[in-house]
Parts: sequence; structure tokens; C-alpha cells
Amino acid sequence: MECISEPIGQTEAKSGTSDEPGRQLLRRRFPGWTIVVGLLCLTAAVGAAVFARYLAPHDPFEQDLSRALLPPMWMQGGSPDFPLGTDYIGRDVLSRVIFGSRVSLTVGLGGVCLASVLGMFFGLMAGYLGGWVDAIIARVVDIVLAVPYVLFVVVMASILGPSLGNVILIFGVADFPLFARLVRGEVLSLKESQFVEAAECTGAGPWWILWTHFLPNIIGTVVTMATFEMAAMVLWEAGLGFLGLSVSPIIPSWGNMMAEGRDYLRTSWWLATFPGFAVALLALGINLTGDWLRFTIDPRSRGTK
Amino acid sequence: MGRYILARLVQGLIAGLGVIVLVFFMVRITGDPANAMLPKEASIEARAAFRHQMGFDRPLTSQLVDYLIRIAQGDLGVSVRTRQPAISLLLGRLPATMELALAGLALAVLVGVSIGVLAAAKPGSVWSGLSNLLGVVSLSTPSFWVGLLLILLLSVKLHIFPVAGRSGLKSLVLPAVTMSLTCVGQLTRITTATMRDVLRQDYILVAHAKGLRTKRVNFRHALRNAAIPIVTLIGVNFGYMMGGSVVIETVFSWPGVGWLTFQAIQSRDFALIQAITLFTSWVVLVLSLFIDLLYGVLDPRVSYGHDR
Repeated sequence: MECISEPIGQTEAKSGTSDEPGRQLLRRRFPGWTIVVGLLCLTAAVGAAVFARYLAPHDPFEQDLSRALLPPMWMQGGSPDFPLGTDYIGRDVLSRVIFGSRVSLTVGLGGVCLASVLGMFFGLMAGYLGGWVDAIIARVVDIVLAVPYVLFVVVMASILGPSLGNVILIFGVADFPLFARLVRGEVLSLKESQFVEAAECTGAGPWWILWTHFLPNIIGTVVTMATFEMAAMVLWEAGLGFLGLSVSPIIPSWGNMMAEGRDYLRTSWWLATFPGFAVALLALGINLTGDWLRFTIDPRSRGTK
Repeated sequence: MGRYILARLVQGLIAGLGVIVLVFFMVRITGDPANAMLPKEASIEARAAFRHQMGFDRPLTSQLVDYLIRIAQGDLGVSVRTRQPAISLLLGRLPATMELALAGLALAVLVGVSIGVLAAAKPGSVWSGLSNLLGVVSLSTPSFWVGLLLILLLSVKLHIFPVAGRSGLKSLVLPAVTMSLTCVGQLTRITTATMRDVLRQDYILVAHAKGLRTKRVNFRHALRNAAIPIVTLIGVNFGYMMGGSVVIETVFSWPGVGWLTFQAIQSRDFALIQAITLFTSWVVLVLSLFIDLLYGVLDPRVSYGHDR
């Protein structure tokens, strides 16, 4: 995924305002509703994942063939007991959508944590040590990035087999080169800065410099990139699930539900539609929050010229 | 310039060789590829025989050397299931994938670049709102799901387009729209951003002062100077579409490389999967090399002055 330095929803306010920077600037250029919508979506998804047991009206595994393929409650033949209808073996779609948030969030968070930790480690090493370490890491990054992302993920998933741990591992490995490349670039420019030179002159060791000078300065860019990558992982996990390569098919996940729904597309549109909505809302929440984060953390993206 | 091209070629060659090694180990990462390739109910004897037949019982280094030699001879392996050379299966599916990728990309460029230019030229207008919206929607919706919805609405309900398959221009529409959705948001955003930078430059002011019409200034003067990031993104996305269309091609049963990958995975045909991964990675590598060299054509200075 590309990282583009342009926040969504940035209004085109003219630069050259003389008011104090900070809060006013923020209010001026970043429309409030985007972050409200973003946080709303994100909170809903996280809330659903954490309190799934209390929110879900039914057991997501409970089958009952006598009520299979009930339409949503507002359609003819629907029942208020099953607001979003039931699937082909009578499981409640709403409950499964609520429980499905757990898989998406776990994969997104786990994958992005693994990728950013690995990426920061190798990026710092490459940028700071330079020389042959840099050359080797740069080549490895080139090689992993040469394999198309989706292909890599799909093939690895088919080799390792469906499980939550494997999916997280695969996304972490597929994504870490992006973080490594980003961090390496940041480190290279920081290495030339005067405060690092000063620290080196005062006799600070490499670990101290990495910890106190590099890490705080790169964490902002890493976090903003992490949010976008997390959104992308949520989307790709759904794609993997759709192909039957994510978590085991018995676990309610949005991708799995869409795969099942595809077979009933002609007769029961709700099966594939609602999980897709859930994926889109979660990804939207993460993306909008990420935009806002980048806007607040990285002054360059505010377009102040 | 000559030295740069040479260095870039060497770099690409190393990556190309590295991909072979990566693909070689990907299949063997679980320790025993026979486990992944054979069905669960295969007997121990059958597994041993399979291992011996495929050469998995030999030392890794000799397997790797063998693999490299065969690739050097242009042999990407034989599909375990159909007994056909993987390369001929691949080449047979390539036109469909190319067709879909080109159509999707053309659509995305047409929509993304036009909206991006207009959004940058008229800040605060409908276009800039549309640019933001497109960016958000494209980056937040699973494209294959939109594909499903399009099938549901336009094929199942309204019978305008065929549900699946590849039969003429009409069947291309829905897959291409779905495909374009994966990158139209990125394209719009990057066009808006770089165009906004370019339009601030003095030579744009000069062009206006000369009395040129705004449309001409925007699309001729400015867009050409904003081309590098846009072309890069187009190249990257074309590469991804070549190999990354697994899900979308599967949704539409589009007989391309992506669907072939899915079929190969379902039948656990890892020889074919290996060949597909290797082949598409090389396509991506060659493409990125080509784009890097294209920079010199687009921008005679080959400098990134306006990027910083």
C-alpha cells in the first residue's frame, strides 16, 4: 500500500493564517466530522469485539434448520428475533457479524504490531549501522516486495494452513519491509541532524542514541503508517477468508461469512452484504482515525506552506 | 545516467534471483512439502513415495541447485494435477489477466487523474470533495465485496451484465469496475496532492500570465510535471493487478492468472503455485525497472526537486 501524504477530508483553507498554531489550526483545516465518524466506527467495532457475548442476541454457533435463510426483519417473512436474518443453517447473522469483529481486529492489530516491530528493528539497523548490514536488509526488502502482496499472502496462507496465528504471522512478514524502508529513510536523515551529532560527541553509546533520539522521532510516522496498514490488513483478511484461507471455517469471521454468502447470492443477498458492510465500516474507522493522527502528529501534512 | 541504469539492472537481477530462492523456501517452510501437497488421508508409504518422486528427500542445497538449473533452461515446472508445463498454463491465462488489468487501470486513471486535477485546480469545489470521498471509499471497502454487490444488483436483479465468465466486452465491465476500485482512490489522492504542489510553482503563474487557457495550463503544463508519482503508482498497481487479482478474478470466475492461482491452491498444486509466484514477481520486477528508466523520459532532469 502506498502512503500518500494527503489527509482525507482536509479542507482547502488558504494558508497564511496568523493565528496561533495548534488547536486553532487543527480546527480550521481538519473538519471535525471526519474524526467523529472515524471514532464512531472504530468504537463500534472494538465495542462489538469486547462485549460480543453481551451484545449478540443469539449464540453465533446455534443452528436450527427450521429457521434457515430467514430474511432481515424489515422484509416479508423476517422475524424481529433475527434482525439481519439467518444463514443457510439457521444461525443468526447479526450475532455472527458481532463476533466476526474479533477476528478482524485481532488480525489487524496483531499483524500491524508484528510488522511495525520487525520493520522498526530492521529499519533502524539498516539506517544506523549502514554498510553491509544495510545492503543485506535492503536486498531482502526488495525481494519480499517483488512478490505481489496478495499473492504472497494467499500462497503462504495455503501452505501454512488456516489459523489465526498463521494469518497474523503472514501479514506481519508481508508488511514489515514497508515499515523497514520507511524507518530506514527516517533514520538516514536523522543521522545527519545536529542533535544526534551532539549526542555522539558527548560519548553516548549507539543503544542510547537509538533509544532516546531515533525512536521518539520515528514513532509518529510509524504509527500513522500502521493505521493505514491495519485498515489494509482488515480488508485483506476478509479477502483471505472469502477464499477460505483465513481462520478455520467454523469460526465466525466476516470473510468466512461472505464466502458462504456467495453461494446464496441469488436467493439470500443479506448473507454476503452485511459482513461486507462491517468490514467497510471498520476499515473506514481506522482510515479516518489514521488521517486525523497523521494530521496531528505530522505538521508537514497540514499543507502549511 | 549509464552508471545509474547499470546499478539499477544489477539490483533488479539480484532481486530476481532472490525471488527464486524465496519461492523455493516458501513451499518448504513447513519442513515437509509433501504434507502440504498431499491430502490428509494419504498413507505414510504414499507420502514417502511422493517425497522420493519429487526429490524432497534429497539435501536442500542440491534441490535448490536443481531448481535453479531448470529455471535457467526455461522450465518452470510441471503442474502436478494436469501434467501440463506450468508455463503454458500460465501463458494461456495471461491474456485474460492483462485485459482485465489494463481495463481496470485505464478506468482508474481516467477517473482518478481527472478528478485529482480538477480537485487541485478548484480547491473547495465539488471535485475536491469527490476526491476526498473517493479516497476514503476506495481505501476502506473490500473491492471483491463491491463486486459481489454489483453482480447482485446489475446481473442477478437487472440482468444487464453476465454474472461471471469472459464472453466479450459486456462481461468485462463489472470485473474492470471492481478492479479499478482497488486503486482509483490512491490515484485520485496522489494526483490531487502532487498537482496542488505543482500549481504553486512560478511557471504555472507564467503560463497563466501568458494568457493560456486554464484547462491547457492544468492538463498540459502542470500534469506533465506531476507525472512521476502518478506513473509510479500506475506501474505499482499494474504489477499488483497482475498477481493480486486472485480474489476479484475468483468472484467473477474470470479465467485469468488469479483464478488459476485459486484453482491451484484448491487442488494443492504447489508446482503450479510456485511457477505463478515466480512469474508474476518477475513481471513486477521488470515493470518497476521499466518505470525507473521511464523517469528520465518524463523528466529530463531526473531530479525530484518538486518532491521535497
